[in-house]
Amino acid sequence: MNKIIEKEYLSPLVFKLVVEAPLIAKNRKAGHFVIVRPDATGERIPLTISSADIERGTITLIVQSVGVSSSKLSKLERGDVILDMVGPLGNATHIEKSGTVLCAGGGVGIAPLLPIVEAMKAAGNRVLTVLAARNKDLLILEKEMRSFSDEVIVMTDDGSYGTKGLVTQGMEMLMQREKIHECVVIGPAIMMKFAAQTTLKYNVPTVASLNTIMVDGTGMCGACRITVGGKTKFVCVDGPEFNAHEVDFDEMLMRLAAYKDEEAEAYRNYSMKKTV
Amino acid sequence: MYSEEYIASQRAEQWREDLRKQMKAPERTKKERLHMPELDPNIRNKNNEEVNTGLSIEQAVAEAQRCLDCVNPTCIEGCPVNINIPAFIKRIESRDFAGAAKVLKNTNLLPSVCGRVCPQEIQCEAKCFYTQKLKKEPVAIGNLERFAADYERNSGSISVPEVGVSNGIKVAVIGSGPAGLAAAADLAKFGYKVTVFEALHEIGGVLKYGIPEFRLPNEIVDVEIEGMRKMGVQFENNFIVGKTDTFDGLRDQGFVAFFVGSGAGLPNFMNIPGENFVGILSSNEYLTRVNLMGAAKAEYDTPVQIGKNVAVIGGGNTAMDSVRTAKRLGAERAMIVYRRSMEEMPARKEEIKHAMEEGVEFMVLQNPVEYLADKNGRVKQMRVQKMELGEPDASGRRKPVAVVGSEYLIDVDTVVVSVGVSPNPLISQSLPQLEVTKWGTIKVNPETMQSSILDVFAGGDIVRGGATVILAMGDGRKAAEGIHQYVSLKVLRS
Ligand SMILES: Cc1cc2nc3c(=O)[nH]c(=O)nc-3n(C[C@H](O)[C@H](O)[C@H](O)COP(=O)(O)OP(=O)(O)OC[C@H]3O[C@@H](n4cnc5c(N)ncnc54)[C@H](O)[C@@H]3O)c2cc1C
Ligand SMILES: Cc1cc2nc3c(=O)[nH]c(=O)nc-3n(C[C@H](O)[C@H](O)[C@H](O)COP(=O)(O)OP(=O)(O)OC[C@H]3O[C@@H](n4cnc5c(N)ncnc54)[C@H](O)[C@@H]3O)c2cc1C
Ligand code: SF4
Ligand code: SF4
Ligand code: FES
Repeated sequence: MNKIIEKEYLSPLVFKLVVEAPLIAKNRKAGHFVIVRPDATGERIPLTISSADIERGTITLIVQSVGVSSSKLSKLERGDVILDMVGPLGNATHIEKSGTVLCAGGGVGIAPLLPIVEAMKAAGNRVLTVLAARNKDLLILEKEMRSFSDEVIVMTDDGSYGTKGLVTQGMEMLMQREKIHECVVIGPAIMMKFAAQTTLKYNVPTVASLNTIMVDGTGMCGACRITVGGKTKFVCVDGPEFNAHEVDFDEMLMRLAAYKDEEAEAYRNYSMKKTV
Repeated sequence: MYSEEYIASQRAEQWREDLRKQMKAPERTKKERLHMPELDPNIRNKNNEEVNTGLSIEQAVAEAQRCLDCVNPTCIEGCPVNINIPAFIKRIESRDFAGAAKVLKNTNLLPSVCGRVCPQEIQCEAKCFYTQKLKKEPVAIGNLERFAADYERNSGSISVPEVGVSNGIKVAVIGSGPAGLAAAADLAKFGYKVTVFEALHEIGGVLKYGIPEFRLPNEIVDVEIEGMRKMGVQFENNFIVGKTDTFDGLRDQGFVAFFVGSGAGLPNFMNIPGENFVGILSSNEYLTRVNLMGAAKAEYDTPVQIGKNVAVIGGGNTAMDSVRTAKRLGAERAMIVYRRSMEEMPARKEEIKHAMEEGVEFMVLQNPVEYLADKNGRVKQMRVQKMELGEPDASGRRKPVAVVGSEYLIDVDTVVVSVGVSPNPLISQSLPQLEVTKWGTIKVNPETMQSSILDVFAGGDIVRGGATVILAMGDGRKAAEGIHQYVSLKVLRS
């Protein structure tokens, strides 16, 4: 179990793992995630199930190396085993035919967006997708997104590919052009904050998938809590998707930085160990 | 549960009579209760070693001599699982320590755990003849229980309970806390093929992720789990029933009955302003980071904030475990903030005493009303309101009422909220037909622990909403019995 069957780099920092997990593959839906612990001293981190193959009994994870745990995962090769993996967790995305759906993904947030784009299309929606990355090299899954979307717009910060500009500019262009019935955004918290402000202007109901810090992923610890519509919610069991217009993104940004110093130090130590 | 006749017949055994004659009652009652040897408070509050170091053989025998082997051993009534207390204590007195452990294990799967964590002062020891009639310190039943169990474990020859002939029938146990472990052990004894499914990567429930090393070393739990593996019990960690697979999925795999011991995992918060600031966390998160994830050890990746001024809100065992953990992580001030008075504090008396010795400050009759943070959203102060005790409420406890105009600020950089837990809704969400109470606990028949779904039984905190290790284990055993009856009838009928 949890054996890595395939590994592939999608960009210099983002890699794809196809992992053996027949039960999770069978029972997962778009929007679900798993919690993995790379090794016996590792931490538990959440990762979205990007796709699954029931026949092969595998799930696909797409991971961006940002700190110790994601770097540890990046060191695993085909044939290696992820020590612990549990799921599928969270609530599945609410998928229905609502007409035209705008899906916006930023950075590694494009990975969790992929199964949603696929499901939205399968439900009979017209799907418009905006993908945003810092530059051309960091853009992932464009081909897959194109295969499920009616239209894909690519935005890069530096203009090295697609249109130069922020994700919100691409979204606005589409919302001005035509009537959008629903919007899904996934990406860094700061991007989701501005994306939510943008869709509010156009009165488009918007769902955001929140990537808070987690420990157990089963509602036991409250590390993932966040204020939505003035109430405290646990992202792992009440989410991870919420009405983006009600999420207190400033609080989320603040909470994401809770262990910034500890994480930075851990990463320094880890990188030093690697080099000796 | 043993009948009075059985207890009396055991008491009438020749060796017990001889033992009673060896020392006269007044000589026994003259002896003072022996106190558990402990590590020095100023050393132990900087390490994670077990605080109570255990009775020596001579101390245990001497303490066992205090027990009068009463005609009417009221202590047994005080134990929620009715351990035959004099029967094991008298074996200690006669130096048959392995025999004492065996008596314990007849009723209690984890005596080494209960001896350490049971609130004896309100259970067995409260009903001891010494407490009730002599108004003296009770026989140290818990310490002796721990002694016998530790003796057996350290002797290296732990007896693995006999398992019935395998009947090949599959039963699923959900959750590996004390309730699940007790149910699994008994089901294995009946001959079932038992699989325990556990959501976390470690087996043991609260015994692992909640109760700290300095009170209950993980190794002790692991030895017991090893014993259960030898009995043929299978453990599947990283498996959430209702998510990884459904009840129907497991039924298709041939599981004919389920025991749900999923615990009361959801932490409560107070919903006061500022409670989501950085540095404010539930005791579950705090203890999980340290106990399950090894956050305080350099080689582990999971971080934990090392607070200078740590306030723990609450007065239960969880609060004591959190505040003593904070002290060990290096807090300069580790404070308990509790809205009632010392008398009402629900934690075990021994934990309160230990916490005081270790330098924990107790701020009672006080309650936080708001948290204040710095510009990065990190908590820096809390506003506290003084309380006084008013008239007793329906439960008979005096209700705390706020003193008007009494608010003041305390500097804090870490706050651990420890104001209770709610049942984990994972199971009820995946079984919509399951009847639950308005608090979310599973409704069961108290005799059989059967829920409204015939093949689903439940016990422990998911039924009681937060209780004790021994009550959870008692439920697990009762449910194993209930499942055995249910399956036997079903198999007979089909
Ligand atoms: C429901 C959910 C689904 C997720 N799905 C994916 C996924 O499919 N692929 C993927 O690569 N990541 C995903 N994440 C984020 C992923 O869990 C974090 O990137 C990971 O925990 C980082 O661990 P680390 O030890 O490598 O880095 P750390 O050392 O923990 O952090 C390194 C840096 O990343 C920042 N950071 C930490 N956690 C997060 C976070 N949750 N979001 C944004 N920044 C963070 C820190 O502030 C720090 O600056 C998901 C998160 C959630 C909650
Ligand atoms: C910090 C702390 C200190 C305590 N101190 C004491 C003490 O000193 N004395 C005392 O008597 N009691 C104490 N208690 C209370 C005692 O620990 C509990 O009453 C007891 O553990 C309850 O046992 P349980 O088996 O019902 O549940 P738990 O021990 O909570 O175990 C439940 C297990 O089920 C798992 N689970 C949940 N849902 C699923 C699912 N769907 N699929 C698979 N697995 C699942 C959970 O991950 C968990 O491991 C303390 C509790 C805490 C938190
Ligand atoms: S199990 Fe607990 S209550 Fe029962 S005798 Fe042992 S310590 Fe006392
Ligand atoms: S009541 Fe006390 S003295 Fe009597 S048998 Fe029980 S432990 Fe011994
Ligand atoms: S991650 Fe622990 S409650 Fe959500």
